[in-house]
Amino acid sequence: MSALLDVRNLHTEFRTGAGLVRAVDGVSYTVDPGETVAIVGESGSGKSVGAMSILRLIPDPPGRITQGQILFDGRDLLRLSQVEMREIRGRDIGMVFQEPMTSLNPVLTIGRQITEVLEQHQGADRQAAERRALELMEMVGIADTGRRLKQYPHQLSGGMRQRVMIAVALACNPKLIIADEPTTALDVTIQAQILELMKSLTLRLNVALIVITHNLGVVARYASRVNVMYAGRIVEAGSADAIYHDPRHPYTIALLRSVPRLDQPRRARLDPVDGQPPDLTRLDGGCAFRPRCRFAVERCGEARPALAPTGEAGHFAACFRSDELVAARDVAAREVAA
Amino acid sequence: MSGDAVETPLLEVRGLAMHFPVSEGIVLSRKVGDVKAVDGVDFAIKRGETLGLVGESGCGKTTTGRCILRLERPSAGQILFDGQDISGLGRKDLVALRRRMQVIFQDPYSSLNPRMKVGDIIAEPIKVHGVEPDAKRRRARVRELLSICGLDPKFADRYPHEMSGGQRQRVGIARALALDPEFIVCDEAVSALDVSIQAQVVNLLEDLRERFRLTYLFIAHDLSVVRHLCQRVAVMYLGRIVEMADCDELFDNPLHPYTQALLSAVPIPDPRVEATRDFRPAPGEVPSPINPPPGCVFHPRCPLAVEGCKRTRPALRELRPGHWVACSEVN
Repeated sequence: MSALLDVRNLHTEFRTGAGLVRAVDGVSYTVDPGETVAIVGESGSGKSVGAMSILRLIPDPPGRITQGQILFDGRDLLRLSQVEMREIRGRDIGMVFQEPMTSLNPVLTIGRQITEVLEQHQGADRQAAERRALELMEMVGIADTGRRLKQYPHQLSGGMRQRVMIAVALACNPKLIIADEPTTALDVTIQAQILELMKSLTLRLNVALIVITHNLGVVARYASRVNVMYAGRIVEAGSADAIYHDPRHPYTIALLRSVPRLDQPRRARLDPVDGQPPDLTRLDGGCAFRPRCRFAVERCGEARPALAPTGEAGHFAACFRSDELVAARDVAAREVAA
Repeated sequence: MSGDAVETPLLEVRGLAMHFPVSEGIVLSRKVGDVKAVDGVDFAIKRGETLGLVGESGCGKTTTGRCILRLERPSAGQILFDGQDISGLGRKDLVALRRRMQVIFQDPYSSLNPRMKVGDIIAEPIKVHGVEPDAKRRRARVRELLSICGLDPKFADRYPHEMSGGQRQRVGIARALALDPEFIVCDEAVSALDVSIQAQVVNLLEDLRERFRLTYLFIAHDLSVVRHLCQRVAVMYLGRIVEMADCDELFDNPLHPYTQALLSAVPIPDPRVEATRDFRPAPGEVPSPINPPPGCVFHPRCPLAVEGCKRTRPALRELRPGHWVACSEVN
């Protein structure tokens, strides 16, 4: 089976007052049809810029995609014209953003937001579009669809607005949905509803999903494969099970260890990742995580390690010491448990 | 609230209510109702204790904190701080009070003045309250506070924008400590921070609590952080406390259906655990606080609701020692 999306060596840069920021610095990954892939990282790791690059929504200036290929269904999105790109966005690739209030048009009714997509991309007439809109709203769990159709975004709750966003994203039967922190702005019980909805719909409609998030719990629940990003690069990639139970990059290990877990006994102290996030304008040639890494050696300052196979098939880590790390990691885990 | 409390609590809140008027019309404005942001809340915090106040947006947890800090004048109820009712104090009396209670806000980007150097931000309360008129000694105190909060004293000459989110939050904490307070309201103090930084700040808050014998009201929506940091936890829903208990008791043995829904909605960062977990999110959404449902405010979403829940508002009952629940259907 060939991949639906094949991102190859993507580079996106921003020219800022403080200097050149390589927000995405050589990122490659694939997404298969119907698969859910999570991109995990903290602010500034490049996870959102990477996704915006796929959609070619990087503001230029100051941003620019400088290198790479984005093969979607066999076509390189970076070679398409703006007009062709506009056809792909919303039709083949749906989008769900963090803040539904700012991504919905405040002066259009809910119904119009959905029918607009249908008319634009499928040439549907008003009546057909409206029928389909009602159907979509029902599908995403909006009750009382007739009344909701005529309402404006500000009349809806955050959870309802996010359901509308999902309805818009699904309107044209896309092959891929990119969801950038889709539930971060929502309360935890609403977050659970929205995530369950996205999961069941993408399964039922066989839509591939890229979830961008910083929430390790959300990833564990919904993703089959995970890419962990740090300072513009993927530092670890693999199946969700491998990432959580056999992490091979010091950043992933530290991240997983730093979060308190409701299903485990209370710990006396949390075990944070030391130091501060990297300043992307001041990266040297070495591993970007080195200043915060407990396993760093001299070699780590000489070059940035590339993603290399480690552990089970399909598991990659960008660390010179990922194989020897396993023993140290397990010793440390036992110490924490004791 | 527990029977062995011989010591008077540092803070006691009795029947606290905060209603905001809602008006309609721009020219001929008239009041059409009240938002009952906080609607009859009782709790107490012992000296040196951390009480967690959790709930979803709009449940009134932040308003409760603001009333205690007297950033709002509550509509009803008493707030006893060290035995004194502060709910009706005027401006002048509040100045003295503010030396004893401080706040750490959520967003380290908007709670620090971007035009002030970090050192001046921290020195400001010391100056305003006339604690240390000598500029040189004040600077020394600022350096001390910075290092207490894990920052290089040299940061005093920097501006907030030169620092990362975690460092800024440490500045906010240093400012809160500047007047040697006894009580600090932490309003989502770690929620805006990245995962890797969050644990650093949580550990710092714990160290400071022990070192300076601080008492915290820790307002948050992240239940796993609350469980780690708090000794007791109160769960709020639509302006009311629905459950309150010792931390371990609440998390191991939640009794109120809303607390149960809240806990089950938190995904665990482990795919193997998640694969085995039964997962049924609570249906519906939080109703409007302008027009809350009659009886128990949770009944429209509650799996246990019976006819009576629509009529009578359940009071907090002590079902086990120290474990209070506002639900008529659990025993």
